[in-house]
Amino acid sequence: MSIASTTQQICFLVLSATTVLGALGVVLLPNIVYSAFLLGGVFLSVAGLYLLLNASFVAAAQILVYVGAVNVLILFAIMLVNKQETLAAIPGLLVRRLLSGAVCAGLFALLLRVAFTTPWALPGPTPVGEEATIRIGEHLFTDYLLPFELASVLLLMAMIGAIVLARRDVFSTDVITGEPADQGLIEKDRTPLLIETPATEPTLLSKP
Amino acid sequence: MIFDVASPIPLEAFLAVAAMLFCIGVWGLINSRNAVRVLMSIELMLNAVNINLMAFSDYLDGQLIRGQVFAIFVITVAAAEAAVGLAILLSLYRNRETVDMERFNLLRW
Repeated sequence: MSIASTTQQICFLVLSATTVLGALGVVLLPNIVYSAFLLGGVFLSVAGLYLLLNASFVAAAQILVYVGAVNVLILFAIMLVNKQETLAAIPGLLVRRLLSGAVCAGLFALLLRVAFTTPWALPGPTPVGEEATIRIGEHLFTDYLLPFELASVLLLMAMIGAIVLARRDVFSTDVITGEPADQGLIEKDRTPLLIETPATEPTLLSKP
Repeated sequence: MIFDVASPIPLEAFLAVAAMLFCIGVWGLINSRNAVRVLMSIELMLNAVNINLMAFSDYLDGQLIRGQVFAIFVITVAAAEAAVGLAILLSLYRNRETVDMERFNLLRW
């Protein structure tokens, strides 16, 4: 990257502060809509960090895929399942949070120690800089061709799986009666299976 | 961390940011009660791993940049994971009418 190192450092400090504070907000804020928008901010600042690391193509892919697709998908999911429910209190929730916080702090200390004590082979070869996109293209069509094709198959499988899991439309009718015989419609008619309502469940005793 | 204004950003700074992001993601994954927030925490962790890959690719593998190619594959898999995860979440919400993680205990012993 051809900007002065002081500028790079200022950019790095701002971007990493945004990333960490945004991630804390994603995890800690009580309103999940705010969390989703902050997640978009985190993705954007991570893309900025990629730009500092001479990776313009991956930064663009990050913005397109994460901010454009994943974040919008999460917002849609929030809108679809946004029921205001009062969460039942759990005994020992604070203890659990503090314990897991301690475990995460320990993990952070371990990772920092590994990062700062390992003798990295620095300085490495000179970065290719702006030619990174060309190199990525060469990689994707020569030695990473098989993973590239497998990724397309994976995306197709994920798309079909998501459609099958989430659809509710009528796609099929019964051959004999002509009535809709679709799982989603049958689901809509009956009460949900897995809700614990033992009082309304038909038992052997209540049957005539 | 030695803070020198004239020197370039050290590799360890990127690793520290990624470690922080990963630990926040782990904490959120354990402690979130909303299932959508669990998925968001997974995305945070995947981003932390991606920062590590990109930092190593730039500092230690500057000519071949295999880390960037790997990060692209991670982004692909993360997109597929988000789509399928949210579809599972919708299906689960239809059946249990809640997104509280503490009530998804059908398989608990």
